[in-house]
Amino acid sequence: MALTSADVEKVAHLARIQIDASLIPEYTRDLSNILDLVNQMQQVDTSEVEPMAHPLDATQRLRVDEVTESNQRDALLAGAPATEAGLFLVPKVIE
Amino acid sequence: MQWEAVIGLEVHVQLATQSKIFSGASTAFGAEANTQACAIDLGLPGVLPVVNEQAVAMAVKFGLAVNSKISTRSVFERKNYFYPDLPKGYQTSQMAEPIVGPGWLDLTLDEQTTKHVRIHHAHLEEDAGKSLHEDFHGMTGIDLNRAGTPLLEIVSEPDMHSAKEAVAYLKAIHAIVTYLGISDGNMAEGSMRCDANVSVRPKGQTTLGTRCEIKNVNSFRFVEKAINYEIQRQIELIEEGGRVIQQTRLYDADLDETRAMRSKEEANDYRYFPCPDLLPVVLDEAYIQHLQAQLPELPSQKQTRFIEMLGLSAYDASVLSASRALADYFEQVYQVCQDAKAAANWVMGELSARLNRDGLEIQDSPVSSTQLGQLIQRILDNTINGKAAKQVFATLWAQEGQSADEIIAAQGLKQVTDTGAIEAIIDEVLAKNTAQVEQYKAAEVDKRGKMMGFFVGQVMKASKGTANPQAVNQLLADKLAALLD
Repeated sequence: MALTSADVEKVAHLARIQIDASLIPEYTRDLSNILDLVNQMQQVDTSEVEPMAHPLDATQRLRVDEVTESNQRDALLAGAPATEAGLFLVPKVIE
Repeated sequence: MQWEAVIGLEVHVQLATQSKIFSGASTAFGAEANTQACAIDLGLPGVLPVVNEQAVAMAVKFGLAVNSKISTRSVFERKNYFYPDLPKGYQTSQMAEPIVGPGWLDLTLDEQTTKHVRIHHAHLEEDAGKSLHEDFHGMTGIDLNRAGTPLLEIVSEPDMHSAKEAVAYLKAIHAIVTYLGISDGNMAEGSMRCDANVSVRPKGQTTLGTRCEIKNVNSFRFVEKAINYEIQRQIELIEEGGRVIQQTRLYDADLDETRAMRSKEEANDYRYFPCPDLLPVVLDEAYIQHLQAQLPELPSQKQTRFIEMLGLSAYDASVLSASRALADYFEQVYQVCQDAKAAANWVMGELSARLNRDGLEIQDSPVSSTQLGQLIQRILDNTINGKAAKQVFATLWAQEGQSADEIIAAQGLKQVTDTGAIEAIIDEVLAKNTAQVEQYKAAEVDKRGKMMGFFVGQVMKASKGTANPQAVNQLLADKLAALLD
């Protein structure tokens, strides 16, 4: 399956990954190869196989509903580039 | 051209757990910013989310209450998008295998009409944080307290065809989640939020028109107004030769209109995939049965009981069962007075009018259910008449009396049913109003009824409202008839 360079740019944008324009042909070829491999696997008859949601053959443990965390605001805000009044500050979001 | 609107609702309900869906941080409303966000909520490296059992139980209870098939296996997936109040860069949600499968609800629209609405599915997911757009030196403030709060998203089929039906559906969902105690249902605080998908098509056409999604509608009244506006907008647009573009629109309550949000082409490219941090949630039948046994009487069951056991009309039963608090109040009044119809009339009439007027919820009623029940008892046993009852109620409302009996005694409202006493008052009134008596005697037969009202009024006034109106009518009619002979 051949991806176009536009597909690669779109995927990069969705993932917020900045890529060097000169490398786009290479990424396009590599990603196309991965999809080709997936297409090859699609030819295996899996009609009798249940879709796998997780590689571990186990089920989710559930937690008792109780508050176990305390206020860690100072520690969490310490890693942020900009804060004010207990808030994380980010570049202005306009709807 | 006759148009038909097609409406489907996505309702987000915040589940009333103590802690978040994947972490032990508190979900309490109104805490100081970022004091209830932990490393898991923020998606810091190395953390492992673990599913909250209560959130699962609440979702299952909802599913059972709306006749849904509960999935014994459900899977959490990642819905990927970037927004500052979504710290992980994805929302943990469910998509291909939600916990609650297809179900349905029957809505009572009025005395004659019920409406069947199918529920497509309901799934568990986490809420996002909040963006504060006040000016922080040209930046946006982010509070992540809400991030990770459990949500149940309930997705209906596009089965509704008017704003009225959509609101009835939303109210039914509200009643169910509050009856179940799985959410406080507070729309003003965002505990229950609604997105409406609206499209229109020529009546009779079976394919769907292009839909718009209206976001940000946070009260029953606004849902109705927003949908009505959007239906009208789409019809006018098409009739003027335009076409509806699929987009997300925001409802502006101040202007009473919807307007397009800036939409990006990739807005719906969420690239879902199963969350590798979470294993499939597997529930066994015993667990589901155990929750089924815990379900309280639900609004629709209560409604049926009110109709079949208490003899209420379908409409009265639906109004009284719409909220658990109102239903409980009504039932307590009924327990005291033992007359369901009278209890329903007072709760839906005088009491509801006063609550509305003063902007109070039933829980805050200054008149207790016992007080109202006792008041109704005194009407039923003829101790007081209807007029005096309203006076007693007003006194109870003003909290100027402890009980109906005390107020009746203190204000001398006990109804006079003694024939002799009433006759004496009538004689007095007739003696004082000789001119009117002469007019009555001279009047045409068909005019006399109206003139009789004058005498009834005077007698009631002379008795300070305590005379039994039926007795007054009867005795007065006899006296006046005797005068004509």
